[in-house]
Amino acid sequence: MNFTLEIWRQFDGTDETEAGRFETFKVTDINPDASFLEMLDQLNERLSHEKKRTIAFDSDCREGICGACSLVIDGTPHGPQQVTSCQTYMRDFIDGQTIKVEPYRANTFPVIRDLAVDRGALDRVIQAGGYISTTTGPQPEPNSMPVSPEIQEKAMDAAICIGCGACVAACPNGAAMLFTGAKVTHLNLLPQGQPERESRVIGMVEQMDAEGFGGCTNYGECSRVCPQEISIDVIGMLNREYRKAKTKKKSKPEKAMTTQ
Amino acid sequence: MIAFWRSSVGKKNIVAVTGAILIGYLILHMLGNLNSAFGPGADEARVDWYAHWLRDFGEPLLPHAFVLWAVRVILLSALVIHITGIVQLTKRNRAARPANFPAKRIGRSFESMAMLGTGVLVLAFIIFHILQFTTLSIHVTPVEEGAVYSNLYYAFQKWYFLVIYVAALLLIGMHLRHGVWSLFQTLGFDNPNRNPKLRHGSTVFVLVLIVGFGAIPVLFFTDVLDPPNAAAVITSSIGAVGSLTGGVA
Repeated sequence: MNFTLEIWRQFDGTDETEAGRFETFKVTDINPDASFLEMLDQLNERLSHEKKRTIAFDSDCREGICGACSLVIDGTPHGPQQVTSCQTYMRDFIDGQTIKVEPYRANTFPVIRDLAVDRGALDRVIQAGGYISTTTGPQPEPNSMPVSPEIQEKAMDAAICIGCGACVAACPNGAAMLFTGAKVTHLNLLPQGQPERESRVIGMVEQMDAEGFGGCTNYGECSRVCPQEISIDVIGMLNREYRKAKTKKKSKPEKAMTTQ
Repeated sequence: MIAFWRSSVGKKNIVAVTGAILIGYLILHMLGNLNSAFGPGADEARVDWYAHWLRDFGEPLLPHAFVLWAVRVILLSALVIHITGIVQLTKRNRAARPANFPAKRIGRSFESMAMLGTGVLVLAFIIFHILQFTTLSIHVTPVEEGAVYSNLYYAFQKWYFLVIYVAALLLIGMHLRHGVWSLFQTLGFDNPNRNPKLRHGSTVFVLVLIVGFGAIPVLFFTDVLDPPNAAAVITSSIGAVGSLTGGVA
């Protein structure tokens, strides 16, 4: 298969204020079963043979579980298939097609070079509460701390978030609500997350604001590009947890005990 | 509360609550309007009686028109907070994305994209509506303090007022179709099982509002509702009535 690629180039290392531009490349004789990243690898090999600067892009596991790859293919984060960029295959495109490849577009994700962006903002949101501080020890006797199948399902549906940031790139407001909502839903539903339930959601929401992410206006675009198909129900959960945590802080200690 | 307002999620919560207050008022307003459907009545139109009742409500325990003014103050504050919150949130949202790269539209609804536009137009309509029927400052058709039925009747004899009101209803409908569902999501009252019901529920709610509000102007325009009693008209402003007396008789 042959394709024309319009690839975003930015920061060749000489000018840090460079605005960036599209550069056109032709790729020929691509195996339909090659992944999008493998196709870019072939292009990069050619570029390095030609002693030209290769195209920078993020990738790691290449099996759709790590969340490192972060291409915007034809305007859609991760491309047309609602899977990660590395799981997008060239057979999903039409032979001879022109494909536009861009980095994630969000002011919270500054471009490092070409298609690679700095998603440190998401890491800092995690640092603000997306963890449990206590060592929970070995697995307890199940009946001593029951978790109903419904809760477990909900928590695991949120826990599959790989933190790729496609939700931020898809959101017209550049919001990280789906990401943060998934983390809060995951941890706040399970017993291990309970001691830090309130401080977690407050800390993460405040960090999200401090990073400059936008807010949710319930468009639902994030969920439509999420390779893990996380539902915007997690945003409802985030809103609920935040409101509860904020209103609880105000109430008197003994009242807080009874509402637990 | 100030810290709650400062955070984006808190502010959205407050915008949702103020939106809910405004929606609550819309429901009451619609039910009140339906009093017009009882026609001009033998001596006093039911809607006129209702308007007086609203002012007398709570007397002698409360001062005259106290409840009415309390509601007005609540509504105005809710509206101001709602708009301020939205303006601040929108600024934030715009700042979060590079200006030249709007996100590709994948599946967001037209209503959700048009929220700002419909919001501004609805605000303009509310101002016009208050000028027309509350402060009675628009003298295209005869208007008189207290004569609600006759004011409505003459206003909706004009096709352009009918068009303005029906168009405004459709705009409010669009705003609320996304707004009502959104409100539950933002307040976190949703859950996965309830979400589709909330979506459809808000569509049904919007249809009820449009029919409930829209019925009155349409009934007046199509003359299904009788003209006001002559007694009410005689006292109304003389110049404007001159051209209409043929219709009144």
